[in-house]
Amino acid sequence: MIAIFKREMRSYFTSPVGYMFCAIFFAVSGFLFMLQTVQAGANANYTGYFSIILFLFIIIIPLLTMKLVSEETKMKTDQLIMTAPITLADIVFGKYFAALAMFGGCFLLSSIIYYIPLVMYGHPNFALYAGCVIGIFLVGSAFISIGIFISSLTENQFISAFGTIGAIIFLLFISSLNTYINNEAIRQFLAGISITSRYSYFSYGIFSYDSLIYFISLSAVFLFLTIRVFEKRRWSKS
Amino acid sequence: MIKVEHLIKQYGDRYAVNDISFEVKKGEIVGFLGPNGAGKSTTMNILTGYLSSTSGRAMVDGMDILEHPLAVKRKIGFLPETPPLYLEMTVKEYLNFIYDLKKCSLNRKAHIEEVCRVVKIEDAMNRMIKNLSKGYRQRVGIAGAIIGNPEVIIFDEPTNGLDPKQIIDIRNLIRELGKERTIILSTHILSEVKAVCDRILIINEGKIVADELTENIEGALRGNRRIAIRIEGPSAAVLAGLKKIPGIIYAEISVEHEDGSATYIVESKNEIDVRKPIFYMLAQRSWPILSLEFTGANLEDIFISVVDEAAETADTKNTKRRI
Repeated sequence: MIAIFKREMRSYFTSPVGYMFCAIFFAVSGFLFMLQTVQAGANANYTGYFSIILFLFIIIIPLLTMKLVSEETKMKTDQLIMTAPITLADIVFGKYFAALAMFGGCFLLSSIIYYIPLVMYGHPNFALYAGCVIGIFLVGSAFISIGIFISSLTENQFISAFGTIGAIIFLLFISSLNTYINNEAIRQFLAGISITSRYSYFSYGIFSYDSLIYFISLSAVFLFLTIRVFEKRRWSKS
Repeated sequence: MIKVEHLIKQYGDRYAVNDISFEVKKGEIVGFLGPNGAGKSTTMNILTGYLSSTSGRAMVDGMDILEHPLAVKRKIGFLPETPPLYLEMTVKEYLNFIYDLKKCSLNRKAHIEEVCRVVKIEDAMNRMIKNLSKGYRQRVGIAGAIIGNPEVIIFDEPTNGLDPKQIIDIRNLIRELGKERTIILSTHILSEVKAVCDRILIINEGKIVADELTENIEGALRGNRRIAIRIEGPSAAVLAGLKKIPGIIYAEISVEHEDGSATYIVESKNEIDVRKPIFYMLAQRSWPILSLEFTGANLEDIFISVVDEAAETADTKNTKRRI
């Protein structure tokens, strides 16, 4: 697992992808943070910033996950890693943690930096701030596992990226879809799987164990499915 | 060392590998020979754990690949048909990655240098793989396969796409490696197996159609000995004379030359040497021999005849079934 993790991390920084990710992340998140808090007329309510940053994930998460598996399939390097003495779980988790380290690293670093002006010019509630950071981190990690799963389904990076974009948009917007549906059962279901409504507990300052378990199990399910996709290739590849 | 029993790989109702069984002893170099799509790569992919078999067993050192995948994979070095290279890495990074991947516990730096020296890529250590030529890439792939000193090495078409000089280099390398290791290689180039392997397995349409030691294969598969002779003299009379010599089972004119001579192809039983009777017969009639050579039944002929035979038996079976 460590070998795969190291290789993926190196690959982020030997190609433009890692730098693009960092640049887009810091530029856009910094700008959004400034708009929401420091800008004259803004109400210094950082929970607004965290809710908006979720939409940045539509672009940046696919950037991290689009080639994680599809590139291996395309270049036939999957033959190397699947015949090496490591398990499929090692492969999938190695890749997952590499993407998570990129995302988590940038996000945590930015969160620490943005906390400084809040303390300098106001009295932020640290617990609420930390809760939001944890919540966003969990949402991001779930999106990454979905991205890896989609990447394992195709050998084309662009299909992989657009599929992930579609999936993230769907998950972010299903709760707004709810308003238009006049069926209680479907509404309950959509609210249940909605990322935004799960996340909203964190932005209210509630550390919801339900949501914690929801996000972790969402990641686990898609990582498990990715392992199954690898497994299936063994049986049906022609 | 390697034991394969009744291996079957099915895709829908197509058999890629159909009931293959064979054994490879420790230290042997075995060549898989067969036309494209015969099931060579599939068999190798099953042996290395990349694919799963539909039924049957593949064992390395007594361990089933499906039951002990990690232990088996640790013993195998594999070079697939397309070398699995990460183009954005340098050769050194790539080999270090494989070293980590295989969880080797040798002296890292010394081992990687040693491997590079063996496959002659020391001068490309710090170059990006995407900038390397096909021959170099192939050798980097081989280097990857032999990292960690695996006991078994499996090469899928190792000389594919190389120039003649590189092919000779790689063949020498394989022979060198084969001194201490068990090697399976696949190819559709016949001279290659003859040059490198101790034993040849001919595979066609998912089945093993011949399994012979290299030195026996020509004799075992075709009992006839073939000579090409150029003789000056009236061709019809010469041919008739040749056909009368005892031991000759077949004779034909292959080329008539402008100087009045002709080249004849003569086939005899393997254990009979017909050169002397031919000489005396021709000397008696003063038809001089201009040249004489053994063409032998070459591997190409053997290969084609074996593959044809296999196809024919399959055909007759089918016809019988239809009737």
